[in-house]
Amino acid sequence: MVQYKFKPKSRIREFLGEKLIALNALAAVIGILLIFIFIFKEALPIFTSSEVRQEAGIGKMLFKQEFYKGREPKWSWQPNSDVPKYSLYPLFLGTLKAAIVAMLFAVPLGVGAAIYSSEFAPRRAREIIKPVIELLAGIPSVVLGFFALIVLATILQNTLGLTYRLNALNAGIALGITVIPVIYTVAEDAMTAVPRSLRDAAIALGANPWQVSISMVLPAALPGIAAGVILGFGRAIGETMIVLMASGNAAIVSGSFVDSIRTFSATIAAEMAEVVFGSPHYNVLFFIGTLLFIFTFMINLGGDFVLMRLREKIQGRTK
Amino acid sequence: MRKVTILTIALALLFGLAFAGSTITVKGSDTLVRLGQRWAEEYMKKNPGTIIQVSGGGSGTGIAALINGGTDVCEASRDMKEQEYKIAESKGIKPFRVSVALDGIAVFLNEANPVNEFTVDQLKGIYTGAITNWKEVGGSDHIIILYGRENNSGTYAFFKEHILKEEDYAERTQTLPGTAAVVNAVAKDKFGIGYGGIAWATGVKDAAIKKTDSSMAVKPSVETVVNGTYPISRELYWFFNGTPTGEMKKLLNWALSDEGQKVAKDIDYVPLPKEMAEKNMIK
Repeated sequence: MVQYKFKPKSRIREFLGEKLIALNALAAVIGILLIFIFIFKEALPIFTSSEVRQEAGIGKMLFKQEFYKGREPKWSWQPNSDVPKYSLYPLFLGTLKAAIVAMLFAVPLGVGAAIYSSEFAPRRAREIIKPVIELLAGIPSVVLGFFALIVLATILQNTLGLTYRLNALNAGIALGITVIPVIYTVAEDAMTAVPRSLRDAAIALGANPWQVSISMVLPAALPGIAAGVILGFGRAIGETMIVLMASGNAAIVSGSFVDSIRTFSATIAAEMAEVVFGSPHYNVLFFIGTLLFIFTFMINLGGDFVLMRLREKIQGRTK
Repeated sequence: MRKVTILTIALALLFGLAFAGSTITVKGSDTLVRLGQRWAEEYMKKNPGTIIQVSGGGSGTGIAALINGGTDVCEASRDMKEQEYKIAESKGIKPFRVSVALDGIAVFLNEANPVNEFTVDQLKGIYTGAITNWKEVGGSDHIIILYGRENNSGTYAFFKEHILKEEDYAERTQTLPGTAAVVNAVAKDKFGIGYGGIAWATGVKDAAIKKTDSSMAVKPSVETVVNGTYPISRELYWFFNGTPTGEMKKLLNWALSDEGQKVAKDIDYVPLPKEMAEKNMIK
């Protein structure tokens, strides 16, 4: 007689098991939601409390302020001052500068490596390159930050003759190292996913390998590469330890990439530990946290959306 | 059988805790944490019944813990802010402040820098950004690279109050986590200047400080801080909730005794002058 492993009797157990697993999946969603609610709740007094608003209202954070009578209005981040100054612009500029340098460094390298390993590399080389690049993602950011602080900063200063050892360029390059594997992985997957039939068609029409990859595979995989770049950008904005250690943490408004910078994430990390609980400064740090959360969430969402469209497009063609 | 064993262990633990005497938690300033730990070790050796747990986190963290009832003793390298006193009061905490040791803040220079001394006014000018070039203070023609501490450290607050006279630091001041990081940065930067606790200067040199143009330049050391000739020195505090009694009073008085102050001196803190230490003891 055939012995069934699942008897009808176990239906209740099956039901419970299924729900339990569903709960596990939901836990992450609920967790994110709760975290967001908590962070936003701590930032809320900026909008609701008149006392906090007087010191750190939205307008004061966004626009130039005349902090001392008669002096020129300016942006300034000096939260521990007799006239506390909470301009977010210098921090935003710093965050953006670090991310831009990171992208300029990581996009060519990441995409180039992806093209090589998916199109041109012999199988043997590909089997080595892929895991090694992905291993980069496993380096703890403290280690990279320390490396940038001690070694990279000195090399950059000596070769380029920079005034400031710790600056946007230094932090950005170290950030770029963490971004490369993000871009590489997504871009490589996208190019490998381009269907065989498309390649065959191109070869049948007389294209050489270079033409196949540049004129056919690359455009087809472009949304995937874009998604990798977007996700990498999100990583660069949120990364904390590297910028905290390697950027100099000076909130300056300047267009130069070799000046020191202070980023959103590093500001939270540096100031949260000792801020007076419940003070306007505390609320502002949580507001910055909310902003960072929203930025990275939107960026990741955008990246995922582009990836989804790519999958539809490629699969749609093969059908 | 198993249940009996577990019960016995639980009971033993419970009684153990009850008979172990008091536990005192000490929390706060990173400047003071090393001293707090040494004091705790020595004190526990002499009073085996008492357990003292010491942790750091920064003056602000310690003060917050005192206000929330999370610690018995708060170590701080600065006084509580008005706002913190207010919050404490609203929670029914009565902060009681005692200075337990002294500390000097040294100004670090790269060893290759020809400049050796500053007046207090020059230092203020340098850190507020009024003086930007080394040649204005007798050095070479190069921009001054400013290093400092994160804006919530006690050292940052003290330097701002005593040297900058509450003016803001220049915006290009690079803030680094910890005195060790500042020393390291100045050691690597020929045109750098930094500040931090005394007895930290390795690989960099201490600048001599003059109170005014005409006064003598004084280098930071235990002697010059104790006798008051070094201009940048501060008191390090313990905060209690109300006047300490019982075991806490005993611990405080011991820390202020010759024996306790000698421990401080042995690990490079600056002991209080004798009459001040005696005045601070709880009768």
